[in-house]
Parts: sequence; C-alpha cells; structure tokens
Amino acid sequence: MPSDYLVFALYAAVTVGLAWMLAGYMHRVFSGQRVWTTPVIAPVERAFLSAAGTGPERVQGWTGYAMAVLVFNLAGFLFLYAVLRMQGMLPGNPEGIGPISADLAFNTAVSFVTNTNWQAYSGEVQLSYLAQMVGLTVQNFVSAATGMAVAVAVIRGFVATGTGKLGNFWVDLTRSVLYVLLPLSILAAVVLIWQGVPQSLGAYVRATTLEGAQQVIAQGPAASQIAIKQLGTNGGGFFGVNSAHPLENPTILSNMIQSVYILLIPVAFCFLFGRMVGDRRQGWAIFAAMGVLFVAGLLLINAPEQAGNPLLTEATGITGPNMEGKEVRFGATLSALWAQSTTAASNGSVNAMHDSFMPLSGLVMLLNMQIGEVIFGGVGAGFYGMLLYVVLAVFLAGLMVGRTPEYLGKKIEGREVTLAVLAFLSMPVGILVFGALAATVPSALSAVQDAGPHGLSEILYAYSSATGNNGSAFAGYGAAAPFHTTLQGIAMLLGRYAIIIPMLAVAGALSVKTPAPATAGTFPTHGPLFVVLLTLTVLILGALTFFPALVLGPIAEHVSMLGGQSF
Amino acid sequence: MSKQSLPVPSMTALAPAAARQALAKLAPRLLLKNPVIFATAVVAAMVTLLGLRDLATGVPGAGAAVQIAVWLWAAVLISNFAEALAEGRGRARADSLRATKTDTMVRVLASPDSAHDSATMVSSATLKRGQILLVVAGDIIPADADVVQGVASVDESAITGESAPVIRESGGDFSSVTGGTRIVSDWLVLRVTSEPGRSFLDRMIALVEGAERAKTPNEIALNILLAGLTLIFLLVVVTLEPFARYSGTSIPVVFLAALFVTLIPTTIGGLLSAIGIAGMDRLARANVVAKSGRAVEAAGDVDVLLLDKTGTITFGNRMADALIPAQGVSEAELARAALVASRADDTPEGKSIVELARKLPGANAAMADVAEAIAFSAQARLSGADLTDGTQLRKGSVEAILRQTGAAMDAGLAASVDQIARSGGTPLLVSQGNRIMGAVHLKDIIKPGVRERFAELRAMGIRTVMITGDNPLTAAAIAAEAGVDDFLAEATPEAKLELIRSEQAKGQLVAMCGDGSNDAPALAQADVGVAMNSGTSAAKEAANLIDLDSDPTKLIEVVLVGKQLLISRGALTTFSIANDVAKYFAILPALFIAAYPGLAVLNLMGLQSASSAILSAVIFNALVILALIPLALRGVKYAPSSAAALLRRNLTIYGLGGLIVPFLGIKVIDAAVNALGLV
Repeated sequence: MPSDYLVFALYAAVTVGLAWMLAGYMHRVFSGQRVWTTPVIAPVERAFLSAAGTGPERVQGWTGYAMAVLVFNLAGFLFLYAVLRMQGMLPGNPEGIGPISADLAFNTAVSFVTNTNWQAYSGEVQLSYLAQMVGLTVQNFVSAATGMAVAVAVIRGFVATGTGKLGNFWVDLTRSVLYVLLPLSILAAVVLIWQGVPQSLGAYVRATTLEGAQQVIAQGPAASQIAIKQLGTNGGGFFGVNSAHPLENPTILSNMIQSVYILLIPVAFCFLFGRMVGDRRQGWAIFAAMGVLFVAGLLLINAPEQAGNPLLTEATGITGPNMEGKEVRFGATLSALWAQSTTAASNGSVNAMHDSFMPLSGLVMLLNMQIGEVIFGGVGAGFYGMLLYVVLAVFLAGLMVGRTPEYLGKKIEGREVTLAVLAFLSMPVGILVFGALAATVPSALSAVQDAGPHGLSEILYAYSSATGNNGSAFAGYGAAAPFHTTLQGIAMLLGRYAIIIPMLAVAGALSVKTPAPATAGTFPTHGPLFVVLLTLTVLILGALTFFPALVLGPIAEHVSMLGGQSF
Repeated sequence: MSKQSLPVPSMTALAPAAARQALAKLAPRLLLKNPVIFATAVVAAMVTLLGLRDLATGVPGAGAAVQIAVWLWAAVLISNFAEALAEGRGRARADSLRATKTDTMVRVLASPDSAHDSATMVSSATLKRGQILLVVAGDIIPADADVVQGVASVDESAITGESAPVIRESGGDFSSVTGGTRIVSDWLVLRVTSEPGRSFLDRMIALVEGAERAKTPNEIALNILLAGLTLIFLLVVVTLEPFARYSGTSIPVVFLAALFVTLIPTTIGGLLSAIGIAGMDRLARANVVAKSGRAVEAAGDVDVLLLDKTGTITFGNRMADALIPAQGVSEAELARAALVASRADDTPEGKSIVELARKLPGANAAMADVAEAIAFSAQARLSGADLTDGTQLRKGSVEAILRQTGAAMDAGLAASVDQIARSGGTPLLVSQGNRIMGAVHLKDIIKPGVRERFAELRAMGIRTVMITGDNPLTAAAIAAEAGVDDFLAEATPEAKLELIRSEQAKGQLVAMCGDGSNDAPALAQADVGVAMNSGTSAAKEAANLIDLDSDPTKLIEVVLVGKQLLISRGALTTFSIANDVAKYFAILPALFIAAYPGLAVLNLMGLQSASSAILSAVIFNALVILALIPLALRGVKYAPSSAAALLRRNLTIYGLGGLIVPFLGIKVIDAAVNALGLV
C-alpha cells in the first residue's frame, strides 16, 4: 500500500475511534445524564444557567428555540462588531493596532458568528490581542456551540413523540461549551504548546537575522485559538496564512492533531444521532454516506496532487507531486488530506494554499462546499445539513415504496418538503447569484488575481466558502473590497440562518407527529441501499446545481491545461 | 355473476378528443396549475418570439431556434394530452352515468303512512331532502333515499354493472337505495337523503370526470418540490450567462432556454396530474367510488386492515359441511330428505346442502314425486317440498323445524346440534312429516387464496385483524386457519371503535370496511373507511370510499391502487431527475466548446454539433413524456413485496434507468436529426 494511503487509513481509524467515544459522552451530556466531568463542570453549568434564569426543565418549541438562537447570535454579532471598531481605544493591544473599517468589521463579525471564519483581514496586522480573544475566540466557542445545539435540537425533533418540544437552547449551548468544546480545546492547546505553538500575551519578537536584517516575528495567544478553530470547525487562524504558518502548525504531530480535530465532532454527530434515535444503524448509515463522499473526494484531490503538473514537467523536466503553495514539512499527502478535511468539514483552516492546487483538486474542494458542507460538515451544521438531504432523498425515493415517505417513523409531508426546499435554495442563491454578481460588477472584478477559468474558480470559491460557512479561500482572491466584504457577509448569513431556521421548523413540524412503528412496508433507512440513495441524492442534487458553473471554472482549466494552456 | 364490463374506451378511441383538449388546455389559467409546465410554456413562447425574430432578420441558426421552439411547445402539448387522455376515460364513464339521470315525474307522499293513491306528482328535479316518495316496479329511483316501507328488488346495474337485482327493504342493513337505479318488483316508500345536485350519482359523475379533483397531500408536497427544483434550475441557467460572459464567450438565449427546459422536471411535471386522474379511474373501474383522492392515497399508507370475517375471510354464507342422521335414520335417507327439501332453496346455504347431499350414495331421488315446492323464506326460515304422496319434507333452522314438526330431537342428535353451535357452526334440521331425520352442519368455509393474500399483506407490512361476532374460541380457530395476524371476537361496534382508536394512538393508519349503520362511527374513525353500497346511508356517509360491488375484499384492491399511485409518482420523479445528468453532458459541451475546445471530452455521446446536441436533448425531453404516458395511465407495475425489495427494484429501474436511457435516446435522436438534415 502506498504510504499516502497508509496515512489516510491511520487518520481515519484514529478519527472514527475517538469520535465513537466522544458520541457516547455527548449523548449523556445532552440528555442531562452524569458523565465523569460532571462533578467539576456541573456547578459551573448551574451557575451560568441560574444567572440566565433558565434551566433544562424549560423546554422550548421550535419557534422559542429559533428565537433564542437568533437573539444570542445577534448579541454576539453586535458585541464583536463593537470590539472590532473600538479596538484602538481598548486595552490588550500592545502593538497599538487601530480600528478596522465598517464593512470589514461587519464581514468579520458575521464571519465569526456564523462559524465561517472567513478572514478578510490579516490577524497579526489588523487585530489586537483583545479583539482576538474576547471577540474571535469567544465566537469560536459559541458559534460552534450554536451549531451543536441546533443539531441536537433538530435530532430531538425527529425523535419526539408528538410533544412538539426541542429542548432548551441555553442549556444545550452551555453544555456544548462546558462539557465538550472547552475540555477538548484545553487538551489540544497543551499538546500544541508542547509542539512549539506560542501562547503568550507579550509583544511581537524583534529578531536580527543572520544577514543582519530586522525581522518582526508575530506571536501571541495562538495555541488556545488554534485548538478551538479546529475543534469548532471555525478555521480562522491566528496568523494570516493559517495552519501553513510554522508557529501555527509546526510539526507533523501538530498537523495530525489538528487534522483529527477538524473532523472529530462532525463525525461524532453521526454516532450521536444513532444513539439519540435509539437505532445506531441509522447513525452508521449517515456516517457511511458521508464517509463514501469523503473518501471519494480525498482520493480525487490526492491523485492530481501526487501526479503533479504536466505543464511544469514539460517545461522544466521536474517530476513529482505538485508542491506549489505547499509546506515542505507536510508535502502533498498531508496537504491533500487537510484540503479535503477542511473543505468537507466547513472548517476553512488551511495548511497549504488551495489556489495552487491542481484544477481537479480545486473542483472537489468547491463541490465539498457547494453541496452545503454536509460531508461531516461544520460542527452540528454538517449534520443538520445532511438531514436536509435525508428529507429530500426520503421524499424523492420514498414514494417508490408505495407509502407516504417516512423517516424514523415520521411522515415527510408538504410542510417538511417546503421547508427543505427553502433551505436548499440558500446555496444556489449565495453561490450562483452572488457569484454571478461578483463576476459582472466591474468594481468587483479587480479582486480576481488570475485570468480565465482560474479566475472564475476564485470567484466561485470565495462565494462557496462564504455561503457554505467554510472560511477558506483561494489565496489569489483579494476579497477585502467593500463590495465583497458586504456581499460575502450576506452570503454567510444566508448559508447559516436560511438553513438553521427552516431545519428547526422541519424539526418542529416532525416533533408534533407520533412516530409509526416500523414494519416490512416501511422505507428502510439503515441499510446499504439507503447509503447509496443518500450519496446519489447529495451528488445529483448538489452537482446538478453547480455543474455548469464548474464546467466553466476548474473543468475548463483542467482541459485547457491538458491542452497546454495555463492561466 | 353476470357482470357487464363498464365502458372503458381504448386509448386510440380517446386520442382525437384528447388532442383537441390538449390545445384547449393551453389557456394560461389552466397552465398555472402546474408550475413546471407553466414554466415550459413561458419559455416556449419566448423562444418562439426569438426564433421568429431571427428568422425575419435572417440571423444564422434561426432554423434551429424555431425547431427548438416547436419541441418546447410539443412538451407542453404532450403533457396536456396526457391529462386530457386520463380525463377522457373518466368522462366516458361519467356520460354513461349521466344517461341514467333523467328528469321524471315522481309520486310524493305527505307522510310514510299516507295512502298510496294520495300521492302527488312532482318533477324529480325539485326533490328536497326528507321528502317521502313512492316508487313502484319499473320506476327509476330519482334520488338517494332510505327505504321507509316495503320490500322490493332493485336493479343497480346502472351504477354497479351487476345485472342481478338486489333486495332492498326497510330497517336493517339493506335499507338504502341509490338514485339512478331501477325498481323491478313491488313498491317502496322512500325518504330522500340527498339535496338536489348533491346525490351519490352527482358526486360520482364529478369524481370520475376529475372535476372535483383536489390535489392530494403527497401531490401537493411533490408539486412544491418540483416548483423548488424549477426555481433552482432557473437560478442555474440565469447565472450561467454572466459566468459565460466572464469566460469570454456568449450563449444564445435560445440555448439557455433549451437548457432550462431540459433540466426542470418536465417528465414528472407533465404526467403528474395524469397519474392522479388515472389512479382514480383505476379505482372507479374496480367499482369503488372514492369521496376524495386523499382517501386513496391514505389507503397506500395503511398499516392495519380490519376485515369482517363474513364475506371477506370466509364465504359470506355458511356451507353444508356434514349431515348427522338422527337415531334410526340412515345417512342415505337423511341425504335424500335434505336434498329434496333444499331443492327450492336458492340461497347459497341451500345450494351447498344440495351439493353435499348429491355426493352421498342413494340421495338422488326422482324429483317427479314433488307436488309442491316450498321456497325458502326468511320469515318461515325453512324450505321444503310436499311430495305427491303427501309427505312433507322440510329443512330449516332448529326452532322452525321443531315448531313445524312438534317433535323433539333424540338425545344424540341434540348433543350433536349443541356441539355444532358451540364450534361456531350453524345447525339446521331436516324433517320428514313429523319425524326429525337429522341435522345439517353449516360451517364457515375459508375462501381459497385468502391465506396467501394475507401473507402478501404481511410482506408489505400490513397487519390484518379479523373482526367477528363469533366467540373467541371459534374466532381463534378461523383466524389460525385463515392466517390473519389478530382477531377481535364478539365484536361490538364499541369494541371496533376502541380497537381503531388504540391502533391509531400507536401511530398506525387503520382501514376497515363495514355496511351496517352501527359501523358508521368506526368507518368515520378509521383513516380509510370503505362502505358497502348495499349498506345503510349512515355507513356510506361516514366512509370515504364506497364499494359498489359490496365486496369486502375490495379493501385490499384499494390498498394496492393507493400504493401504485404513490409508486408511479415516485418512480417518474426519480427518473426525471436522473435524466438531467445525461442532458448536461449533451448540452454543456455544446454551449462552451467554442470558449474551451478541450471541453469536447465532456461530449460523451459524441453528438455531432452544438445545435444538433441541443435540439436532440429538447426532442428527447418532449418524446420521453409521450413515451411514458401509457406507464402513467396504467401505473407502475406493482407486486406486493417488502419496502426494501420495492425500493431496490424501482431504484434500479427508474433511477439507474433514468441515468442511462437519455444517453441512448439523445444519441439516437442526434443521429436522426443529422441524417434528416434538420440542422
């Protein structure tokens, strides 16, 4: 077996094993049962909840839950916006960095609240320590926790026996942070510090190089932010070039830990689902569908990267993997693995420059985001996004068994289909409509670095990343112009809330239905057949929507490259 | 049974009228009902204008544009044609029903007890609910009504196609008559139960014509999904133009329009209403009238079937199973007496005695001896024959024969009779003169094939529950023999209602059939209630389906029709969406090959030119709707099996088939288009 496959297999085994254990833990946490961390955390949890004047007994219907999500996220946005605009006047700013512009603050605040972590700014140049910590890092936790809470609530809707209740948002949010995100982040941060990632509030280091030049080495409280950026599928790095930066991701071990953390919670959600619905096969089926898509994408990214660029070989005689834009310490294999994980999981952190990947690798990355970040996807968000496809798949094919389509004993009817279609519309609007605007408006076109199909790929990537709440970028794209920061801010909002609200509404509609017991006449949703069906639904519905645009972007670039033309 | 086949005109006979209808259905108001076809029509109109403009200004490629426009209109017309064809079949049936609805003068009585000669004549069109009518032999019954007085035979063939007249009498479960049927003997005093224009016949006409067809829940949900997909593809196509312009190429609007129409789910969109109408029509041809399409769809979802034992699981009538001679009587003597005494009994019980006795040696007595046959009557509860020598042979219920003969049974016979009754059977006695010759054991006989039927239902995930008035012991024995999953013995109307409620509380959908007025609450409570047409008007009012043949097993057919309806929709939706993959590979290379010649690798089908590729895709899109019309009208083949097996089968045929067929189809059409020099 080639060494790259061995690396992938090891990675998969570690991630799935840890996710399986985490799912058991999360199941107990979200159902309010005792776990081994309870003695330490429960008092803190109680203190928070009683201060907020709520508790697990105050269960909410879908409207109450959705309202709580919106209020909490709006408050987070306003706070973050204010901090970014006023950072020059606030403490925790040893470098004396001034305020950032209104449109960039809007973009950044939306970006972190929606768990996108698109970085139109460069962290070490434009943000103070305070803004990074109380602004961004706090949102790294709570935006991830929001996704987890919503996913848990949506699953409760699928399970509920006619109660109409989805749980309490404040409780789910608090538990996500205290029991899951914080302990795992602390663990990873400690290991990353050991591997050489800085965690300091001191000023930047000024060094004199061997040639005698002065160099400013940016540093700061990085390890803590990196841990949560991976765990919470945020992806917003401490440094501008993210996990390609030697201080953000110094070693192979730090790289593996970060790679595993990217997928840990999203994978765990599959198993958590199986436990919550009381039939683990259901969780395995969704895991399998996501897994098939993930592995296919990984192999499709890896192959062109390992093969290298034919034009380069022709021109220079250099053979071997495509190393443009990659860190030598990671090479093509670990870069391909990261690229697949980060685009599949709506993470957005990078350890290599996606802009420099081969066209077909770029195609896979684009599709990962365009289908709505549902191949494991963002923490929680990937799972409820996949449930959206489940609703569509069950409805499309479910009729073929001669019954009103059902999932987990709940009938999928007009209301659910309407909501699912509404949610489904957010991706084409955010990517195609906004992307078309960006490709048309003259002032917007200056952002494009490269000509021809690669330029179109850059535009598509920017809007796919924003709408998919991914946050990674084709580095060539200069998205700091007010046109883009504003339009992408709207795309991020669309990709987040235009899915959260309909999915909570779907959960609400399902929660009032009494589940019918499964019979031989029930649509089976746990076997290989369902896995194939769900996989094809994701591919066909997702690909059908974006295939024409992709033909003009990466596919055209690929065939042109084969024809000897580069852009 | 002599059953006329109801008029089902062939498709070829209906086609010309349907083609005319297809044009009439181009009215925007009618097109708006179907979002997918409406979108197609709008685009077709747009392409027509563009094509004509190009033709007038002599732009190259105008010919292709006009041809594309023609085929876009073809898709719309074919869809309309499919709907018209489906409606046409119903309309033919409605016309034959309407023929029975004639305006006649009818006799109205002041009260049920008024003298018959006090009747006043009024026009049947003015009849109000609650009015009292007198009808006599030869009259057409003018309205739905309950029998208040009298007993008569009624010919219901106009409604049911069954030519043998049925008995209708006041009280009991056979007390309702339907407007449009004809009374063939005696007289009846009726109380009208329907308002003018809202009679059973009116509703039936409206239903089979599709005039009252409201969309069913699944159909609404599917329509939303199809509208959503149409909107998504609209975004895809509209944004493709700026992306293409960015890429330094431009796409003719006509080609974009063609791409849009081929992507939106026109196949299912075009056939959706035809599938629905055809499903109702299939039900109508099975002689079931659905009060709403919702009920038919719900039938497909049924989890539990409550079946009355009698007539469904066992033959409605008990059959002679054994003859038990009294002390001192030979079996041959008893057989002969039973045979002769039952000759004049036309009921199935009587016939079964004749059949059984014939098989016994020595029973074939010459019938020439019979002086007078005494036909079975429900009042006397016996039948018989007086022989020429004066011997009176009788067969009847135990009480009737004991009363007739004044004799008593010997101890052995009495024990046997008791045993028969306790086993759930019915004992009859046979007498010769004053002597009791022996007993006949009438027994429930399980219909052949029901066991297999229930096994099929079980495979489909449907549980069957037998409802019977028998005691639990008998019920258990029959249930085991018939292979039902469960039974409700000594069933009272309350017990039935309770059973339905408890199943529903578990999330199950329940179907049942019934005829008596005491079934009405249960029929109303059940998710699918099928009333027998012979039943009371209360039962018919409470049910959502009415079986004109009054055949309780029809419930199973209804379930199958419901499932087939859903499967047809799902299969064509899947097929329609899977088709898009091939259409992309036909059209996208054609659109972009000028900008990026390397994209020729996507031309998997090796289509000859950009125009021929696009035209072929549009032609395929229209023709596939036409090709699938028979499938839509007939319904997807459905053999009862588990959901997993069905899904595997249908996904393979319609999913995989939907991926492959258009690749072949478009390739063939492209070859034809080029051979004919169309582009």
